[in-house]
Amino acid sequence: MTGDPLYLDGVDLVDVSIMAVKVLVAFTFLLVATMFMVWFERKLISDMQNRIGPNVAGPWGLLQTFADGVKFFFKEDLRPENADPLVFRLAPYISAVTAFLSFAVVPIGGSFGGGSSGTVTIFGRETYLQVADPPIGILFLLAMSSIAVYGVMLAGWASGSKYPLIGSVRASAQAISYEAALGMATVVVVVLAGTLSTHGIVAAQSGGFTRWFLVSSGIVPFIVFLIAATAELNRPPFDLVEAEQELVGGFHTEYSSIRFALFFLAEFMNVITMSAIMVTLFFGGPAGPIFFGMTWFWPTIWFLLKVLAFLFVFVWFRATLPRLRYDQLMHLGWKLLIPLILFWLMFISLKELRATYDWNWVVTYGAAFVALAIGGSLLVAALRAGDRAYQEELEEV
Amino acid sequence: MVDTLVFVVAALICLIGALGVVLARNPVHSALMLVMTLFGIAVQFVAQEAHFLAAVQVIVYAGAIVVLFLFVIMLLGVDRAQNLEMSFLPIQKWAALLFAAGSLAIVVALIVVVGEPVTGAEAMSGALGGTDDVRLLARSLFSDYVYAFELTSLLLVIAVIGAVVLVRKPKVTDPVTAEDGGR
Repeated sequence: MTGDPLYLDGVDLVDVSIMAVKVLVAFTFLLVATMFMVWFERKLISDMQNRIGPNVAGPWGLLQTFADGVKFFFKEDLRPENADPLVFRLAPYISAVTAFLSFAVVPIGGSFGGGSSGTVTIFGRETYLQVADPPIGILFLLAMSSIAVYGVMLAGWASGSKYPLIGSVRASAQAISYEAALGMATVVVVVLAGTLSTHGIVAAQSGGFTRWFLVSSGIVPFIVFLIAATAELNRPPFDLVEAEQELVGGFHTEYSSIRFALFFLAEFMNVITMSAIMVTLFFGGPAGPIFFGMTWFWPTIWFLLKVLAFLFVFVWFRATLPRLRYDQLMHLGWKLLIPLILFWLMFISLKELRATYDWNWVVTYGAAFVALAIGGSLLVAALRAGDRAYQEELEEV
Repeated sequence: MVDTLVFVVAALICLIGALGVVLARNPVHSALMLVMTLFGIAVQFVAQEAHFLAAVQVIVYAGAIVVLFLFVIMLLGVDRAQNLEMSFLPIQKWAALLFAAGSLAIVVALIVVVGEPVTGAEAMSGALGGTDDVRLLARSLFSDYVYAFELTSLLLVIAVIGAVVLVRKPKVTDPVTAEDGGR
């Protein structure tokens, strides 16, 4: 059975207080990290564009986000006349709450491998360095990201205005399309780890760089996950949801003041959470060399550094890649990513089966190759036929 | 004690949501109430230790199906209160009432006849004997029920292909609509 060892011997007051401290630390960490993420993004993008960026509030403009936050509080809170009052108020909270909750399943520290199972001891109690380790683990993340769609969708609809509605319809179509690829890339990791629990997934990757699922799953699932995650986050180059040139601000056009701040917060928080999830799934979570016997210190540092690398990647995407057109977006999602990851999932499952039942190498991979050749050529033929029909339709005009 | 509390709260959420689905004037509110009911059911699943079913409940039903409902409601523009007095068949209202009363009567009759509605039997999907429910569910799906499972997936594929074929428009000749379909 999976689960935090904290609860094995019943729950008492100390357990509850440890839990409360964990929740508080995760909450504060996310808020502060979001604040600096906004600053980091603005500063980095201005560097990439030969600008200076925020530099007035605090040293190097570090307090700029804080100043913006305070300003949001004092802004007038508008509600359009056509808006649906209840849903209009509900939507930002759905976005913010799901963004907070997703982070709960990420293990942010603890040393794995070499006999230790990633526990740390606080007040004489052994526990994991993550807020919760439910048996469904990574499915919880998928559940939260599918609920997060509601925030965007309802915000767009409840505003009672054109551009938000178009933005939210785009957003939900995009989220549903890429959720399939995201989910299947996750399934590859789950097949390799043999567990859904995030803690178990990290534990399965302990023991050096080559054990990371980035390597043992053959990089493809990671690339698919990265692309799908970027789309799921509505980050550039997949930010059609709030394409300024076409939709004003997309789903949050009509929002102002603190409600807009909540959307803003949720968006950046999701970037951090998604980076953390990628580190957990493919980069061994908190795995890394430990110096001076400080087993409680180094894993968390490695984890944070890895997350920071991904945050940089997301900002980099934004600064360098042009936005996709809507049909390109759908094309990439449905015709490229999903068939690719579906094939990869079958391949990895076959590889695992072969290892378990000790099947013959040549027969197994020979059969797989024949199946791939047949299935692949059928798929390519179908895609070509579809494209041709589409082109003909265009030319007939 | 805690179990009872969880059950009562989740059951209340389910019932309020279900009533809301029927009573809300605005279709979008109805759909949101449906999400609330589904969440209540997910909590009940967790209380039964059926974690996987709870996750699937949220991911598939709340996360995909109701989103599609909302999608259709928004795209068709029926997202304002409708005149519910209109009905397509003259006896529709009464038939609905009759069926609703009938189903309620069946449920109540079952509870009364069986006499002991609480059997104490554990759910098939629950964590029996320490194995986690995902493993258990997978084992029965891919051994005992593998034909039923595969046939169901085949049925779904047929339904998808059927839907695509049905909505496929004949070749567009009107230039205005063709341009809409293009880029």
